[in-house]
Amino acid sequence: MLGKTAGGLYWMSRFLERAENTARLVEAGFRIALTRSSDSASEWKSVVTTAGVRNGYMEKYDSFTGPTVIDYLLRDPANPSSVMSVIENARMNARLVRTVLTTEVWEAVNEDWMTLKEALRRPIRETELPGILGTIRQQSALVRGAMHGTMMRNDIFDFAQIGTALERADNTARIIDVKYYTLLPSASFVGSPLDNVQWETILRSVSAHRSFRWLNQDDMTSSNIADFLILDSRFPRSLSFCSRNLDENLGFLAKDYGVRMPCNDLVERQRDKLRAHTIGSIFDEGLHQFISAFIRDNNAIGMQIEQDYRFNG
Amino acid sequence: MNEKRQHFDEMLLDGDGVRQPYGAYQEWFFNEDPTRLTKKSKEAEAFFRRTGITFNVYGQEEAQERLIPFDLIPRIISNREWTRLSKGIEQRVRAINAFLHDIYHRQEILRAGVVPPHLIAQNEAFLPQMIGMSPPGGVYTHIVGTDIVRTGEDEFFVLEDNARTPSGVSYMLENRETMLQMFPELFSQNKVQPVSDYPKNLRRSLAACAPAGCNGKPTVAVLTPGIHNSAYFEHSFLADQMGVELVEGHDLRVVDGRIAMRTTQGYQNIDVLYRRVDDDFLDPLNFNPDSMLGVPGIMDVYRAGGITIANAPGTGISDDKAIYSYMPEIVEFYTGEKAILKNVQTWRCSEPEALQYVLDNLSELVVKEVHGSGGYGMLVGPAASKKEIASFAAKLKKNPANYIAQPTLSLSTVPIFVKKGLSPRHVDLRPFVLVSPKEVKITPGGLTRVALKAGSLVVNSSQGGGTKDTWVLED
Repeated sequence: MLGKTAGGLYWMSRFLERAENTARLVEAGFRIALTRSSDSASEWKSVVTTAGVRNGYMEKYDSFTGPTVIDYLLRDPANPSSVMSVIENARMNARLVRTVLTTEVWEAVNEDWMTLKEALRRPIRETELPGILGTIRQQSALVRGAMHGTMMRNDIFDFAQIGTALERADNTARIIDVKYYTLLPSASFVGSPLDNVQWETILRSVSAHRSFRWLNQDDMTSSNIADFLILDSRFPRSLSFCSRNLDENLGFLAKDYGVRMPCNDLVERQRDKLRAHTIGSIFDEGLHQFISAFIRDNNAIGMQIEQDYRFNG
Repeated sequence: MNEKRQHFDEMLLDGDGVRQPYGAYQEWFFNEDPTRLTKKSKEAEAFFRRTGITFNVYGQEEAQERLIPFDLIPRIISNREWTRLSKGIEQRVRAINAFLHDIYHRQEILRAGVVPPHLIAQNEAFLPQMIGMSPPGGVYTHIVGTDIVRTGEDEFFVLEDNARTPSGVSYMLENRETMLQMFPELFSQNKVQPVSDYPKNLRRSLAACAPAGCNGKPTVAVLTPGIHNSAYFEHSFLADQMGVELVEGHDLRVVDGRIAMRTTQGYQNIDVLYRRVDDDFLDPLNFNPDSMLGVPGIMDVYRAGGITIANAPGTGISDDKAIYSYMPEIVEFYTGEKAILKNVQTWRCSEPEALQYVLDNLSELVVKEVHGSGGYGMLVGPAASKKEIASFAAKLKKNPANYIAQPTLSLSTVPIFVKKGLSPRHVDLRPFVLVSPKEVKITPGGLTRVALKAGSLVVNSSQGGGTKDTWVLED
């Protein structure tokens, strides 16, 4: 496979994953705004921060309101991480690698793009938002379904999976990073209504609220939540799950190509680190430091992969 | 449609009825519910959009990707007509290859005084780098898309030879797929010769031209200028259908005297490069130094026999419209036979008498740039305003050698499907020809382009033309 093609697959998957994650962030923010209107400004602010676009947003707007944040995150072409921008990019990469995609996958990506272009053509009214967020989620699911149902399990699939795992790990880690202080077991907060709101937002941002409740019933503590998001390898958006996925797929590549690469070592180290920890030891080490280090390592792995598999030369 | 038609229609006869190849089709068509057909027509458009069969239009930011409109009435050619056409095309393509070999070697045709030397020596498309160089297998034009127009029952003309980088073959294939999906019953009622072998034949044909030093199965790749090129869809489609890599210049470099592509596992050699990049951009070391699309040093590898480039650099000279005007003589010179297919009468504006004639008759002629293509920069006299003609005349006088003129042909029409039923529109035909050392293979059919505006003679997709599925019937 061409290095460029591997890069195209990797980025296509990252962008697709990012679109879905951004939509989920907006969804969580919207929900808080509806149910706890007094906290909404700070909530929208942390949504923008988590999406990693705070500087760009501040250049354009002075305050954090629902309509402006929603517009900026979903449809603003000036925001390189807006859902529309990343879907454009995902499709451009899909066109670039079209020869290695099945017809089903290409058509799903193309249709995703066409559908969202239409849905996000005009500014979004509040009444339309749930429908549009639903469409974004649904379109992503169609692409993912086509990937899983029709692609051969070879290096093509591996590179796509790698992109998804990296992007997803980065997203979950950033959500924890922005709200880490609400997860600290500080006595004054425990059980307060404020905590509950913050915790619920975190869980909703990764679509974990139902699985978490199912696992923990009423036992909602910061340590349980952090444990779930970081270490529970059953949950498909946890750092541990993503890291395992990344390790496995890079392992398939190494086996397929018959060569172990530096990126294999990096991801193995990351995985070992997660395995060696309990949530208690993470809190002892410092949640913030732990997450910051994870984000750094995750980026480093990404760059190593680009180099090892010659995405750019 | 009561008035007597001025143009030859390939389907409808002047009185009642249809021409013979359309017999079975007509019966089907007149039993169809027009609303069903309208619905099918919309379905086809949605299908093209979903599968992303689009082309990019330069200079149109908004609608960067456009669909080429597809008309659901097929253009039908009888086996007898096709046999004659394909013989004529094969003869012409063989002559062009002989011509190219000759002008880059002994130049017998110039010595014999058949073609004037200045047309070669002063031609930008003539590449001195190719002098004395013999491409692997002796093939210059691996892929040709001869443009044919028709004016009557037995009147076929070659309009352009397109020996450089003909495009459109993906539409030939996708149009057929679309028709098969929409109207399967038509293909049991009509015996239509298949076109779907084209990608397989293309790969075989290219592989057969691999450099002499290539052992084992040759590695073929398609070189595209990239995702923003107007024909990108076609490039990726062909790579996909052939099962080969689609590469860009920055994926390639010279490694140990070979051209190699950067893969996830290191550099891998390429034997045959089907390039869809113009000569000028192919090699910044040998041609345009600013090109980012090519591969530095590829010409040196090529000259040393390390790679096959298809089509060979320098073939563009045979697409020159002044050279075109000599094609009947060229065919006769190399094959010893009269040309089977006619040339359109052509005035070379470089010749003073011809120029005068052209200036006196601009409103009736079609004037083209000798190096032009895609329907850009041409004047269609009968359709032009007085002002347009005057300004074109000024351009023409300034640089006569840059132009040729042809009579406005009464192009044949084939009906398209409109709300009220059938309406005639002008068409042309581009069959696709594959040349390998062993054989010349022509896919039965080709791309029919159709001017969608009533009366318009310009069929180019960049100028709003559409396409039709093209059927060649078995006996």
